[in-house]
Amino acid sequence: MSARENILGRVRSALSRKVSPGDTATIESHLAAHPVGLQPPRDWEPELRFRARAEALASTVEKVSSLQAVPAAVARYLVVNNLPTGGVCWPGLRKLDWIGAGLGMEDRPARGDDLVGVTGCFCAVAETGTLMLLSGPDTPAATSLLPETHIALVDTARIVPFMEDAWALLRAERGRLPRAVNFVSGPSRTADIEQTVTMGAHGPYRVHLILVG
Amino acid sequence: MELRANEFRARAAANLGDAKLQRGLGLIKVKAVVNRASAVAEFGDFEALRETGKAIRDRALADLDLYLERFEREAAARGAVVHWAENASEACRIVVDIARENGVKTVAKSKSMVSEEVGLNDALIAAGVTPVETDLGEYILQINDAEPPSHIVMPVIHKTAEDVADLFHAKHGTPRKTDPALLTREAREILRPKFLSAEMGVSGANFLVAETGSTLIVTNEGNGRLCTTLTRIHVALTGIEKVVPTLEDAATLLRLLPRSATGQAITNYVSLHTGPKHIEETDGPRQFHIVLVDNGRSKLLAGEMREMLRCIRCGACMNHCPVYQAVGGHAYGWVYPGPMGNILTPSYVGLENAVQLPNAATLCNQCGVVCPVKIPLPDLMRKLREEQMARGLKPFGERLGLALWGWAAQRPALYALGTRLAARFMKWLGGRGRLIHRLPLAGGWSDGRDFPAPAGRTFRELYQRSKR
Repeated sequence: MSARENILGRVRSALSRKVSPGDTATIESHLAAHPVGLQPPRDWEPELRFRARAEALASTVEKVSSLQAVPAAVARYLVVNNLPTGGVCWPGLRKLDWIGAGLGMEDRPARGDDLVGVTGCFCAVAETGTLMLLSGPDTPAATSLLPETHIALVDTARIVPFMEDAWALLRAERGRLPRAVNFVSGPSRTADIEQTVTMGAHGPYRVHLILVG
Repeated sequence: MELRANEFRARAAANLGDAKLQRGLGLIKVKAVVNRASAVAEFGDFEALRETGKAIRDRALADLDLYLERFEREAAARGAVVHWAENASEACRIVVDIARENGVKTVAKSKSMVSEEVGLNDALIAAGVTPVETDLGEYILQINDAEPPSHIVMPVIHKTAEDVADLFHAKHGTPRKTDPALLTREAREILRPKFLSAEMGVSGANFLVAETGSTLIVTNEGNGRLCTTLTRIHVALTGIEKVVPTLEDAATLLRLLPRSATGQAITNYVSLHTGPKHIEETDGPRQFHIVLVDNGRSKLLAGEMREMLRCIRCGACMNHCPVYQAVGGHAYGWVYPGPMGNILTPSYVGLENAVQLPNAATLCNQCGVVCPVKIPLPDLMRKLREEQMARGLKPFGERLGLALWGWAAQRPALYALGTRLAARFMKWLGGRGRLIHRLPLAGGWSDGRDFPAPAGRTFRELYQRSKR
């Protein structure tokens, strides 16, 4: 008997169950329906809520009217905050006119010493002020993780109220999960030492969100 | 992790006089407890949310075999390798074998209580593999001669910034600094190259999603993401009870877990991993192993402690426990301190090896009130206390005393006489100041405080008189 058989055998006997096949209908119906559980009351407008929540989580937020305005906004943010004007961006963002804004953005995988990372996001969740990032060839996970500064572009049309809406969007548009789904809510933090909240534990020290729309 | 649960009394007594520990524990009341309360109030109907969370966990446990099989099938379909470990040594052997087969020298570890439970670090070291703890708290403990954590969410709650300053100065050879922000930066700079060079990452899993075959982890620091993004091999080690049916179910539980643990509406990072990296991806592990650990869980499913398997490891029960708040996590002598540990430790290592733990509680039910999945922790502790008596695990004097009391309590006249005598005797003991400085047979109680003397008459006497 393998460990697998032994463990499942003990679980079945604990549940007073002989064999499994006939019983799968009970779980299949729940998995197929995947009902939404309890959500907080929705007494807010998603974009405003997203913005307020993101700021409460120590992200900074600004809004531009179009994708073309993004490089200039990024440049302005970096200069004002005295940050390097170069870094890495998702390959999916290579077409933006970074050079025109005076930025040196490279569309390669992030390295440990890159200081600025620019990404988009699959969608954003208003309830918690959260970005949903999917891994992929054009959207590598490390770009939002290794650099000290993470700048993320958020299409305002893709701010959904709840995490469940993000799952629904993912099911509708992709059908299945990518290797990694990362929900990001502000800069990396720790409170391990004397419960004192400190930014930039292992991931970015600062997260700047540029709403586009 | 070394089991020292039977030393609870001695270690608890020592910890009461540890000023640094008491300072750290004091912070729980003003930070963790307060933060949770405001996050819960902000949510709205948190009571209904707890009920929903309980139902989700019960649903998963009621069909645990089927959900585990479904999880395995979906994970395998996406290219993950699912392993099953009956006990701690099997779990360690599986992870060590993966490391050996792949020539792994260094393992970057994200926080995992199951890895503490099975003693993974010792097994890796014995096999010539270097584990590097990357959660700041766990890293501090590791470089302090592998000290055990004292809390499941805040592992170094027993240490001050001064302690960490001394430790970093001694171990890193850097100038001494006490600012938590600078200490955090120092750890970041030391750990970053280790992330970049580690061949393998080990994480836990807060949930396993059966629908998609995904593991889910919540972190604030980002170390969990680094361990699972930059390494060639990702091993997720978790208990079989962690399975939940759907992504929606996970979303509901994510409203409960961080609020209960740290008072956050969501952790900084919530990461789901499904299978190894796609060939065109530039990052992500090429191998993804998931180790499902039983180690006593299936036995719990069959018995009276089954409800404990709902636990989502938030730590709220210990944060709100007057005993934990007074004695700290190390006193409990194993991986899981506080009320959850009072049940899990005896359940996993044997009641005889943790015989004091079910009594390390006042049964005040603060833990039961805050538990996000409504585990009736005091009821479970009471059941373990019954088992202690039934198995004769309590000291002879205590058993004799309870037997005598039980015998007398069934004889009302005798009981009334006994209580009348006791009430008068205690009134006499209290003297003019009406305070008893030394209580016969209960010296432990009056060692540190006076006992207010009874008025001299029993409740039944007073009741009789009032009726007249």
